[in-house]
Amino acid sequence: MTGDTADTGDKGTGGAPAPSRRALLGWGGAGLALGAAAAGGAVAAVRSGEGTEPAVDSGAAVPFHGAHQAGIATAVQDRLHFAAFDVTTGDRAELAALLKEWTRAAERMTAGRAVGEGAYGGAAEAPPDDTGEALGLRPSRLTLTIGFGPSLFARDRFGLEDRRPEALVDLPKFPGDNLDSARSGGDLCVQACADDPQVAVHAIRNLARIGMGRTAIRWSQLGFGKTSSTTPGSQTPRNMMGFKDGTRNISGTDDAALRKHVWAGAKDGAGWMAGGSYLVARRIRMHIETWDRAPLQEQEDIFGRDKGEGAPVGKAKERDEPFLKAMLPTAHVRLAHPDTNDGATILRRGYSFTDGTDGLGRLDAGLFFLAYQRDVRTGFIPVQRSLAASDALNEYIQHVGSAVFAVPPGVRDTDDWWGRALFS
Amino acid sequence: MRAVRPSVVTAVAVVAALTAVTGCAEKSDGKGDGAVQVVAKDDSCEVSSKKIPAGHVELAVENKGSKVTEVYVLFPDDRIVTERENIGPGTKARITAEIKAGTYEIACKPGMKGKGIRQTVEVTGGKAAARSPEMDKAVAGYRDYVQAQADETLPKVKVFTDAVAAGDIEAAKKAYADSRIGWERTEPVAESFGDIDPKVDVREDGLEDGQKWTGWHRLEKALWQDEKLGAEEKALAPVLYKDLLDWQKRVGRADITPTSMANGAKELLDEVATGKVTGEEERYSHTDLVDFKANVEGAERSYTLLEPIASKNDAALTATLDKQFAALNTLLDKYRTDKSSYDFTSYDKVGKADRKELSDAVNALAEPLSKLAAAVTK
Repeated sequence: MTGDTADTGDKGTGGAPAPSRRALLGWGGAGLALGAAAAGGAVAAVRSGEGTEPAVDSGAAVPFHGAHQAGIATAVQDRLHFAAFDVTTGDRAELAALLKEWTRAAERMTAGRAVGEGAYGGAAEAPPDDTGEALGLRPSRLTLTIGFGPSLFARDRFGLEDRRPEALVDLPKFPGDNLDSARSGGDLCVQACADDPQVAVHAIRNLARIGMGRTAIRWSQLGFGKTSSTTPGSQTPRNMMGFKDGTRNISGTDDAALRKHVWAGAKDGAGWMAGGSYLVARRIRMHIETWDRAPLQEQEDIFGRDKGEGAPVGKAKERDEPFLKAMLPTAHVRLAHPDTNDGATILRRGYSFTDGTDGLGRLDAGLFFLAYQRDVRTGFIPVQRSLAASDALNEYIQHVGSAVFAVPPGVRDTDDWWGRALFS
Repeated sequence: MRAVRPSVVTAVAVVAALTAVTGCAEKSDGKGDGAVQVVAKDDSCEVSSKKIPAGHVELAVENKGSKVTEVYVLFPDDRIVTERENIGPGTKARITAEIKAGTYEIACKPGMKGKGIRQTVEVTGGKAAARSPEMDKAVAGYRDYVQAQADETLPKVKVFTDAVAAGDIEAAKKAYADSRIGWERTEPVAESFGDIDPKVDVREDGLEDGQKWTGWHRLEKALWQDEKLGAEEKALAPVLYKDLLDWQKRVGRADITPTSMANGAKELLDEVATGKVTGEEERYSHTDLVDFKANVEGAERSYTLLEPIASKNDAALTATLDKQFAALNTLLDKYRTDKSSYDFTSYDKVGKADRKELSDAVNALAEPLSKLAAAVTK
C-alpha cells in the first residue's frame, strides 16, 4: 500500500475513500486540502514550501512544478521504471531543446494527459505523438525525476566541465563490486515512479521516443515493489529477503531533515544545484536460492532485526531505537546506521526487482537501490564503505550496476525546464 | 523478407465486421451505407454493383457458403489492391481501400485456393487525387530507380545462380550478397507483388505449413551452414533466377504514390531495425551489413526524391533527416575499408556495443522518417 492510503481504503478502484483521521492530522496544514482532494478524486497532493505531502489517492496526480523535483520526498509509489540515457548528439543547443521538450511532455504525463497531439485523431499518414497505452489510466501519482551523470560534464562535450558540482563524484570501487558497464553510468537518468506500472513504463517509453536522435537508452530497470517508505507511520515494505529494511528513513515531511541531508544548498558549491539532490543508483543482485537456505537465526543476525516484527535485536517493536552494540559487528543495520558512519544519513527510495531467471534457473532478483542525499561524499560513500568492508549480507548479495547523478532543482512553472539553470 | 504484407502500394484498412470496433456505428446488415455488397458462396461471387465510384471504396462481404473464403480486389495484372483472408462460413467482413478509376476484378476464393470466382468491376470518376507536377516527378523518378535496380540486379543474380548450379561453393558465396543489393534497396515495392517475396526472400522460420523453402536464404543455408550443394539446391538456382525475372518484368508497373514512397522508406528502416540489426536476416552468411546499407540507400533515394515537397511543408523535419541519413552512412562506413565497395564486416564480428550503436542510429533516423508521409501529404 502507498503511504497513508493503507488507512484510507482501496486503491485502484477509482473510488474516493474518506481520509483517515491520522491522514488529516498527520499532514498538518495540508489536511483540509487533502480531504477535499480525496473527496473529489482529483489532484490530491499539495506542495508547500520545502516539504511534499503525499497524495491520499493513489490514482491522483502529483504536481510536477515546485522548488524541488517530485519523486524524491514524495510518498513512495508502488512501481518504478528507471532509465539511464546516453546523449548521442554533440550539440549543446540540441540537448537543451530536448530537455525543454521532455519537460513539456513530463508536465502532461504527470497530469495524466497524453503527450503532444495525443494518441489518436491526428493525421492518418503520421504515427500518433503519444504511444497510447496509458489512455484511460489515471495519473497514478506519476513522478518524473531527471538527473545529470558525471559524463555529461566531461571536457569537450557540452562545455559543462566547469559546472560539475564537487559533490558529483565518481563512486570509488567498493570491495565486492562486480559492475556491468552495460548496466552502469549514463549521461542522463529519468526516474519514473507511479502506482500503476503501465503509467511508469509509458512515461519512459515516450521520453525515449522523443529523445531518439539526441539520446539513446543505455539501460533501464523495472521495479515492482517499493522497499522503503518516506511516510512515517505506514508499513515498512519488505525486501526480497523477506525483511523490513527501510525503517529508519528520512520522512518526506521532515523539512529540517530534508534540508540537512537531502537538498543541496545554495552555498554547497554549484549554485545551479540549489534545491536539487544527488542520486546513487545501484543494482544489487541477491543470491535468492542460497539465502532461502540460510537458517532463520543466521538471517536475523545478518540483518540485526527479527523477521516477523522487524524489531532491532533485543527490542520489541520495529520502530524501537536500535541498540547497535547488541547486534553482531557485521550486522547490516548496525553497519548502515548513521551512528556507525559519522552521522551519514540518506533518503532511500529503492525497489525490488525480478527480471525473470538468469539461464541457470536462478531468480534474477534483488534490490534496485536508489538513495538521495545532499552530498554523495558524506552520504552513500561512507555508508557503503562500511557495508562493503564488513556486512555479513555480502555473502548473499552482489552489486552489479552503479550510477550517480546530480538531480537539479524543481521546474518552477510552464516557462521553466529541466536543467535551465545548468544550461543558461 | 517480411512477415506481414506491406502497405506500400495502397493505403488499406481492413476491418472485420464481427469485431467490436469501439465508436464504429456499423449497421448489422451492411446495407444502405454506400458499401458494395459482396455475397460469397461456394460456387458464386455476387457483387451488388459493377460500377463503383472512385475514391474510398468499401466492400461488405458476407460468406454464405460452407467453406472459409477470401476476397480480393485485383488490378488487371493480378496485383493485389486489397484483400481479406479467413472469412468463415456465415460471417461478414468489411474491406476498405482507396481505389482509383480503372478496371478491376473482385475475386472470391472459397476454400482459399486457386484463382477464385471473379467479377469484373469498373471504378469510375470520383475525386481523382490532386496531383502536382513535383509529385509526379518524384513518382516518375522513383519508378525509374526501381526498374533500374531490377535491371542491374538480374545479371548479378545470374552470376550467383550459375555458380550454385555449377556446384561452385566459393564462387556462389562471393556472388551471394551482391545479388541481393538491388532487391534490398527496393524491397517494399517488390513485396507489393505478394507472390514474389515468399518465393525468393523467405527465411526458414517464415515458412508456412506445407510451403516449400526456395530462394536466396535456402541457398545461403546450403552454402554457409551445410557447406554443400546437392541436386536439390542446384535445381533451385534457376528457379530463383526465373522468379526474379518475373520481378524485373512487373516491378515497373507497381502502383507508386508519394505516400507509398515515404512509407516504403520507413519500411526499409523497419527492415533494418527488426532483421538486420539483430543479425537474423543473414544468419548463416553474416552479410547483414550489405543488406543494411542497401536498405538505407533505397530509403534515401525515396527521401531525396520527396525532399523538395517535404521541405516546403516541414523544413525542420528534412533538416533532421538530412543529418540522420548522413550520420547513419558515416557510421556504416566504419565497417568497410573501401567506400566504393560493398565488402562490409561480417556481422558475427560486430560486438554487442557496436550493434547497439547501429541500433541507436537506426532509431535516430527511423523516428523522423516515420513523419515523412505526413509532411509529403500535408
